Amino acid sequence: MTLTTRALLGATAAVCLSSWAMADTITVATVNNGDMVRMQGLMDDFKAKHPDIDVQWVTLEENVLRQNVTTDIATGGGQYDVLTIGTYEVPIWGKQGWLVSLNDLPESYDVNDLLPAIRGGLTVDGNLFAAPFYGESSMVMYRKDLMEAAGLTMPEAPTWADIEKAAAAMTDKSKEQYGICLRGKAGWGENMAFLTAMSNSYGARWFDENWKPQFDQPEWKATLDAYLNLMNNYGPPGASNNGFNENLTLFQQGKCGMWIDATVAASFVTGKDSTVADKVGFALAPDNGLGKRGNWLWAWSLAIPTSSKHQEAAKTFIDWATNKDYLALVASKEGWANVPPGTRTSLYENPEYAKVPFAKMTLDSINAADPTHPTVKPVPYVGVQFVAIPEFQGLGTTVGELFSAALAGQKSADDALAEAQAAVTDEMTSAGYIK
Amino acid sequence: MARTLSPRRRLLTTIAAWSVALLIFFPVLWMLITSFKTEASAVASPPELFSASWTLENYAEVWARSDYPRFFWNSVVISIGSTLLGLAVAIPAAWSMAFVPTKRTKDLLMWMLSTKMMPAVAVMIPLYLVFQRIGLFDTKTGLVLALMLMNLPIIVWMLYTYFREIPGEILEAARMDGASLWNEIVYVLTPMAIPGIASTLLLNVILAWNEAFWTITLTTTKAAPLSAFIASFSAPQGLFYAKLSAASTMAIAPILILGWFSQKQLVRGLTFGAVK
Repeated sequence: MTLTTRALLGATAAVCLSSWAMADTITVATVNNGDMVRMQGLMDDFKAKHPDIDVQWVTLEENVLRQNVTTDIATGGGQYDVLTIGTYEVPIWGKQGWLVSLNDLPESYDVNDLLPAIRGGLTVDGNLFAAPFYGESSMVMYRKDLMEAAGLTMPEAPTWADIEKAAAAMTDKSKEQYGICLRGKAGWGENMAFLTAMSNSYGARWFDENWKPQFDQPEWKATLDAYLNLMNNYGPPGASNNGFNENLTLFQQGKCGMWIDATVAASFVTGKDSTVADKVGFALAPDNGLGKRGNWLWAWSLAIPTSSKHQEAAKTFIDWATNKDYLALVASKEGWANVPPGTRTSLYENPEYAKVPFAKMTLDSINAADPTHPTVKPVPYVGVQFVAIPEFQGLGTTVGELFSAALAGQKSADDALAEAQAAVTDEMTSAGYIK
Repeated sequence: MARTLSPRRRLLTTIAAWSVALLIFFPVLWMLITSFKTEASAVASPPELFSASWTLENYAEVWARSDYPRFFWNSVVISIGSTLLGLAVAIPAAWSMAFVPTKRTKDLLMWMLSTKMMPAVAVMIPLYLVFQRIGLFDTKTGLVLALMLMNLPIIVWMLYTYFREIPGEILEAARMDGASLWNEIVYVLTPMAIPGIASTLLLNVILAWNEAFWTITLTTTKAAPLSAFIASFSAPQGLFYAKLSAASTMAIAPILILGWFSQKQLVRGLTFGAVK
């Protein structure tokens, strides 16, 4: 063997070895939520445990992320290895075969520890297609001091009548103090998330078993009338522009007596930016005596697209980010109140976590939601505050605009419902659901 | 002959000009002010100006959470690269349209402009697929090409307008003196059109710098410019206005400074040929 041949063979071996030893790089697409940002700050722990995996982050606004990820999956691009997606996308994308099953996560992951409602929302035909990073429902957040001043006590499980009574008692518009703040901004994930969940407690549904829209039924009329009555009489001005962040600001500034919204807001309204942090009480979302509460179910979850070229490394990352050890890691660095909530039974059995004021109410709210039987009557779809079909984003936003216009006084509730019925019927007929 | 204004009229004109300028600049000013507030102060109602709690914390957090220099460098390469490439293509194109027009030149120009009226999302999937297949996705080269193509109609139109102001006789004289086509464009036409070319360059650098749809759609981690940097600070749940304002200020500061120092050139170029 000549010297040149030896040198060439040596160089080839070196190249092979270096590429073998090279770290696997995964790209994680995520949103800018507090829990996600915190996870990015804890990457040293992941790197120490998995030095052979590098993680790159793409943080985008929620809707941009949804659009980019959908485009990438639909075209088989493989640009992302881990996706942050919600309970709306998982059933649809899972059915399409766009996501990798996570049924083979290691035993230490303890999949049976996941909260049943959350696990159910992320499972399609027995396959867990996403691992929950944090879960949430919705609940009533109220001002204990204002309730006390009004001589009222908030039941742990209030009815809508209790809510109206409390809203009336706490409203003092001369002091810019409004009895109730609810979402009014148009959007399938904005006012329609709230209104769809609320409608469940009134026995309404988006579609009957034959996918016929139900906005012409008395249950939807009762829902919208009750919502408009609450908001017009006891809500803040300009409420048709208010979404989660706007209502959060109003509540933190002491301008809302009650706010019914995501359980994740509990840490914000009791946090350092809140002027009413020590005056907040929590209750289950209201019901109407029909056996269903007006609370939703959502989980930001981590999933792997089938187009990913680094599926094993992605699985390792998901295991790290969503297992019990991660919760303990966050608790050790940031305290139990900052642990991503709503995913594991063991978290709620932890005596330390039980001391967090909103822990029990969050768990009870999550357990009160059933994505497979969201409302009183049977439905052909899955989802509490959404309908897990691809058309829902467009439909929800169309109907949301009509209801937001009714809240702004631009049209009557009857007109909004009639137009919603017509618009949804058209779309569902074109999409082939209605024969 | 220049008109002389009475002191009273001059004062009124000055006040009107400043009012309009302030009105236009107000959103940027408000963003700048918000970037120095705490999150709670940024969303206070009524808005706080003098009673706000001032802080540099937002800038510190934005800097700590993101690799700003990388995003910045990508923006520089993409905006300048696409503009220079665009000029290299557009100068000969505009020359031919201005000095050797055909019956269809006007139609061609209108067709080029009409492509700007098409919603970008209509070509998103085809372009996305092409970029993936030929390995241009998430590369600076890919974005230079994409933004060059997006802005080419504007570059050609602007240069065409400037070139039309240059007397064709001068180019004819150069040709009679034996100048080749290359020499005619490089040594005669280009120096005469420098103000127009400079303003086209500056305007397109600004357009490319501010472009958000394609730069966010066609990148993930390696080639993402400052538009993606800004997008990463919007949050669906929780307060973020102050940090978003800080990120936006950091993103627009370089182009704002460039615009400030080159405003004379920009105005000269944009009004080139306006008064004969």
